[in-house]
Order: sequence, then structure tokens, then C-alpha cells
Amino acid sequence: MKILYGMQQPDEGTITVNGETVTFNNPADAIARGIGMVHQHFMLADNLTVLENVVLGAEKLYGIGAKARTKIKEISDAYGLNVRPDVLLEELGVADRQRVEILKVLYRGAKTLILDEPTAVLVPQEVEALFDNLRELKAEGLTVIFISHKLGEVLSVADEITVIRRGTTVGTVEPAGTTPKQLAELMVGSELPTPETEESTVTDVALLKVDGLHLSQTDLDGIERVILDEISFTIHKGEVLGIAGVEGNGQSELVEAIMGIRDPDAGVISLDGTDISHAPTRARREAGVGYIPEDRHRHGLLLEAPLWENRILGHVTERPNSRGQLIDIKAARTDTERIIQAYDVRTPGIDVTAASLSGGNQQKLIVGREMSHAPKLLIAAHPTRGVDVGAQAAIWDHIREARREGLAVLLISADLDELIGLSDTLRVMYRGRLVADADPATITPEELGSAMTGAATGHLEHTEDSAADHEDDAR
Amino acid sequence: MNKLTQRIDKERLLLGIAAPLLAIVAALVVTALVILATGKNPGAAFNDMLTYGTASDSQVYILNKATTYYLAGVAVAIGFRMNLFNIGVDGQYRIAAFFAAVLGGALTTPGWISIPLIILCAMGTGAVWAAIAGVLKVTRGVSEVISTIMLNSIATAIIAYLLQPGKLAELQSGGTVISTKPLPKDSYFFQIDTGAAGMLWGFIVIAVVVGIAYWFVLGRTRFGFDLRTVGQSESAATASGVSVKKMVATSMVISGAVAGLIGMPTLLNDSHQFSNDFPTGIGFTGIAIALLGRNHPVGIALGALLWGFLERTTNHLEFEGYDKEILGVIQGVIVLCVVIAYELVRRYGLKRQQQRVGAELAAQAAAPTQKQEVA
Repeated sequence: MKILYGMQQPDEGTITVNGETVTFNNPADAIARGIGMVHQHFMLADNLTVLENVVLGAEKLYGIGAKARTKIKEISDAYGLNVRPDVLLEELGVADRQRVEILKVLYRGAKTLILDEPTAVLVPQEVEALFDNLRELKAEGLTVIFISHKLGEVLSVADEITVIRRGTTVGTVEPAGTTPKQLAELMVGSELPTPETEESTVTDVALLKVDGLHLSQTDLDGIERVILDEISFTIHKGEVLGIAGVEGNGQSELVEAIMGIRDPDAGVISLDGTDISHAPTRARREAGVGYIPEDRHRHGLLLEAPLWENRILGHVTERPNSRGQLIDIKAARTDTERIIQAYDVRTPGIDVTAASLSGGNQQKLIVGREMSHAPKLLIAAHPTRGVDVGAQAAIWDHIREARREGLAVLLISADLDELIGLSDTLRVMYRGRLVADADPATITPEELGSAMTGAATGHLEHTEDSAADHEDDAR
Repeated sequence: MNKLTQRIDKERLLLGIAAPLLAIVAALVVTALVILATGKNPGAAFNDMLTYGTASDSQVYILNKATTYYLAGVAVAIGFRMNLFNIGVDGQYRIAAFFAAVLGGALTTPGWISIPLIILCAMGTGAVWAAIAGVLKVTRGVSEVISTIMLNSIATAIIAYLLQPGKLAELQSGGTVISTKPLPKDSYFFQIDTGAAGMLWGFIVIAVVVGIAYWFVLGRTRFGFDLRTVGQSESAATASGVSVKKMVATSMVISGAVAGLIGMPTLLNDSHQFSNDFPTGIGFTGIAIALLGRNHPVGIALGALLWGFLERTTNHLEFEGYDKEILGVIQGVIVLCVVIAYELVRRYGLKRQQQRVGAELAAQAAAPTQKQEVA
């Protein structure tokens, strides 16, 4: 994908666009050939209008005035994108932002669109709208490359599916004659795993109690923004509490507050009966909190350090990594070998840098590391994001296994199937509040999705009596 | 599997040596061109440098110089490992040496008490001076680059103010040199007599100890691991439970304490007083040497020796009729080349490793994949 967009150069092989062999040295070359990319993480400026964002960097094409506006309108109407050029970007939701990104690419004359995991940040309803947009684009004769881990989406939107596993093409299939199961088998090379928990292992021993957590932040303009508001929940031993929500509604901050990276303004966090509201991160980790961060590159790994040093990261004060003040290199290395075996981290050795592993293997290493210190509480933020289906199943298995042994898990994910499948209890987070809860046994992704946009609150089951008494703690 | 690990390691070693080698060769080529441009023969110049630089009295001179440079390199490297750019090593060591000299001049105790006191005073002063920058960074977010540069100037001013007759200094009998009260003979550090080649400063032992301590603390202790973690990724360090602010302040203090040692070889082994011709600018030399030595204890030692060698031999070149500015040119070019070469080699190494891992895994995966396609 990076090669197609000119961000990396291939060692061998050729790229052919419209029957012509081309080489891309940088993204500009790719754009010149009509290839545009919509990144998973949007590259937009919040303090500019939609028009300004679109024009930025492409001023030469249609100027920055009326001509550009006309062009944007024209594209927007042609593909049903519904973009309003004069709105400030910060006022837009995720789905709208994505449309701006698509428009940006089209504005630059792209005839081939690459979409990298475009649905990761969308709720089901928005996904449908995006697919409508994509069909529109297709109808107008554009080519779309849609990259996704989600089988159902690929099957519903694509005309042809190519499965890539470990850097090689495994097969190309027609969606019409393929079931999700067959596709998954191609992807993993074996049976499709489902994120289902078996029997409930929830005990009545409360492990993590969060009560009235409040966090606000003053931004550069001096305006105070409330990030977390009145967050209260309890996780018991052996329970998985899932938090659903569109990204950016305070989930990351909640995790950081529980990990001690951010200091809450008010509220109490207690772990196993001890108040840890303001304890330093290291003390919390030593007390048995495992952490799978949402951004493994920034928070979970030292990319240029070897694997065995990454195994020490975050647990430097604990055995087998250290004895007293000294690092026990030998024991840490031996234990890294063990993790690699036990968690099936595919690597030629423990001396390669973390950066040279694939995302899935990096994640397995992190999971292995966090599980190796007998955690009481595991905070798993998007534990299987950007991870191939095989590794995903393995990670789910590890979480389930630990849960059976009394581990409490706080699971935050954008993958609703994962949330519903793994959680014992579900809460929905919207604008810094826990606005709704649901029973994962009965809820559907669509119902959950509507709560994620703030459309529904309270208990998401239609039985009258339980809705009433849950209304309170949801607020 | 094991085989590949070994191969990667060997390759990493090779890459590690490749960068400085590449830099020095490039520097030699550029220097040769400069000498050619001045209308002289570079071959003869290099030849002269080699024969003169390896003479026994030169060896002692170079080792003495390198002792000072090594300490400077380590002081800077401690900051570098942490992603801190301590430009203030220069001011830290000068102000430390000054106060240590004042204390040393005033002490009348026997040497075994005075010498440790003088050294501790120097380390303490350096640490305090660096701590100002550290505290400013941690509490107010002031860039350590800016604050340490300014602290350098303040140190210069303070020394100039106090180094006056009637304040903390006196006019020497010759009448031209102003200096602190000379250290009593008892407070001289031991030297090794190498005969005709001259005196080898005993402080080289301390420098070696500092080098070993640097290696041990960084590579073998929890503290060192935390420090390196912060240097590699502040966000990962925070998430893993390292208090970044505390680490910044601590490492600044340690860097300053080591910086305090820089002036000691000169003070205790050579000048025995702080006068207005006390060597300046060694802090900046330390930056170049830390870069050259890749922040590695042995690398810094090699860098320090190279610097001493260049200084010694280019001084001699001047007598042979070459321009003395050659020294600056060689040093400048080496540093530039080193920075570029390291970055190139680092990127190449990273990419190569990724490819290797990819290739290895693809080979592992090949068998089941083929089966899939048949089915």
C-alpha cells in the first residue's frame, strides 16, 4: 500500500497504471498518476475550513477562491459526498471528516483511491453511508482499493477480493461465490475464530472501582474542555468490561487516568481495595495492572531496541528482569525466548529490533509481556487493531484464558464484534460520559452503534424495569 | 534460527564500525583536497602527522589531552542518551574548575583529604549549574539548549568577576597572569613518569573509572534502562511508568557532575591554579567527541584519542609550513561526516533488518501457503 502511494520503493516487481509501467519515487508521483490515498488517521487541520483543508497543498490546481469552491461543489455533488465547504473542520464528526479526506483526494484528480481501514473509526450506520459513497465512485468509473480486516465489509463492497498474508498474495476471489468462512480460511490458513466467551467467569469480588472520575483540560485558547465526566464503574474478578464508543470520546483519557499517566481532577480509582487515584504509573504496574496500549508504537514499544529490551519495558522493577537495582540481562533474555514460544511471536530471534516485526507479532509480544507478570487487571485498548486474523484469535484466547483465572479486563475497542463477543458487561462512552449500558448476550452491533452516536442512552434493552434503574448510573 | 541471529549481530557490528570509518575516510579526502587547494602536498602532510603523532612524547601528550576530552565526551553523552542536548557542559566545567581551584588554594589539609574534596567540590558545582537548566526544563518547559547556552555566558561573567585581585584571585609574581591561589604541592594528583616522553597524568585512571561506571550504570542497572527508555521514546517511557521529569532533572545533574570533572586533570595534574588562560571550549569539543563515539564508552575514548592526535599533529604541521587552520577543517569535516554517516548507516541497517525478518518469515510461511492455493 505504501509502495502504491510512493511512500516506499519496491525491491522488485512492477506497477502498471492504465497499461503503462510506472515507478513512484514519492507520493507526488503517485498523485500525478491519479492514485490517491485516504489514510487511516486523517491528515486534516482542525482550525481550517473544509475548503481550506481541501485546497491546502494543491493551490496550483484551481486557486483558493471561487474556482476551487465550484470544483469542490462539483465533486461533492457528482459523488453524493454532501460536503459543505465553509464549515470549520473541528465542527465535523468522524464520518464527515472521512468524506473530506476522500474529496481531497478526488480534488487532486485521483482516478484510483486507496482506502486504508476506512471503517475502523465508523459506527455501522456510517459504514453503510461510506459504502454508498464508494458505490457512487465506482459508478462514475473510479477504481477503489479497499483495505480492511473486516470480512463482512469486504464481501459486501468489493467486486474482487485479494487476500494478502505475510506479505504474499494468497489468493484472489469473487465475493459472489465466497462465504466469510472461506475468506477467513484464506486469511488465516485455518478455521475462522470467533470472539465468543464461553461460560461466565464473573465473580462478585470487585477488583477495580472507578467512582466519579472527572478530568478536564484547558486548551490553548483558555477554554476548559471536559474530557471525562462522572465516570463510575466496577470490574469484578473474572469479568471483562467492554467500553464501546467512537474514538475520541474520552476512551484514551480514561485509560490514561487509570494507568496514572493523567492525573484526574476528581474521583477515586481503587484497585483491589487500595486507593490508587494519584499513585505513580510504576506503582500501579507493580500492583498488577497490565496494559496493552492503543498505540503500540508510541506507548508499548521501543522500536529501535531489541525484543529482549522491549520485554523489560514497563516491568523493569520486576523479576525476572531485574534483581535489586541491577538488570538481569540473562534472565530477561531467557524469558523473552519463552514469550516468543508461548505467544507464537514470529521472529528470527530476540536480538532483532521491535520495528522489524509485523504489527501482529509486535502485539503478541506486548500481550505476552503484560500477561507474564500475573496481572490482576488488564487494560486492553484496541488489543487486536491492525492485527491479522490469526494473531487476533490468539490474543482473544489469551484474554479468555486469563479471565478464567480471575483476571479483570477493561476492554476498549472499535471492533463491535470483538466487544460483544468478549465482554461480560458493556458500557457505551459518548463525549466523556458513560451514556448507556447493554447486555452483550442480546445486543446487536447496530443497536450499539446508535448509542455510540449519542442517539440512545440508558440501558439498551427494551425491558422497562431494568431501563429505569440503569438510567441513573448511566448518567 | 540461531544462525540468522548471529549473522544479524555480526552485521550490526560491521555497520557500527562502518559509520566512523566512512566518516574518517571522507574527512581525509576533504582535508587532502583543502591542502591541495593551498598548493601543498597532502601526502607529505599526512605522513608527517603519522610519524610525529606516534612518537613517544606525542603519545603521552595525546593521552593527557584525551583524558580531558574523554570526560567531556561522557558528560555530553549522558545527556544525549536521554535526548537532552547539554550544551552547557562548557560553562559547567569552567565554573566547577574555578570554585574547585579556589577551594584547593585555601585548603591546607593533607593531600588525601584535599584531593577528594576538590574533586567533590567540582562535581557538586557542575551539578548545581546543570541542575538550574534541568529544573527550568522540568518546571517551566524551558528548552535545555537555550538555558544552558545562556548559563555558559553567565558562568563566563561570574568567573570574570571573581577572578580579580582582591576578590578570589591574586596577581602572580610575573605580573601578567591573574589566577586563584595555587594549590599546595600536597594537593597535586599523582603522575606517571615515562622518562623522556614526559609525565602521564594520573587523572587518566579517574577517566577510565568514569567510563566503566558510565557503561555499567547505563547498560546494567534499572536506572540506566529507564534513562535509555526516555531517550528512545518519551511516550513509551511514560506509559511504562518512568517519571520523565524526574529522569530529565536527574540526568542533567549527573551530566553536570561529570562535566565538573573535565577541568580536574588540568587543575590537579598541570596548572594547579585557575588562571585567565585556563582552557576554554572543551565542552563543545565534548559534543563532537560524543557524536563521534556514538555515545558508547569505548567509542568516546577513541574519539577523544583521535581529537588529541589531530591537535598534536596539526600543531606540528604549522612548523612545517602548513596552515594551522587545517585542524579546524579536519575536525569540522569529521563531525559533519560522522553525523551524516551514522544516519545513513542507521537507516540502512534498520531497513536491512526488516527485509531479513520478512524474508525469514516468508520462507517459514511458504509451505502452508502453497497447500492453501492448491485447495
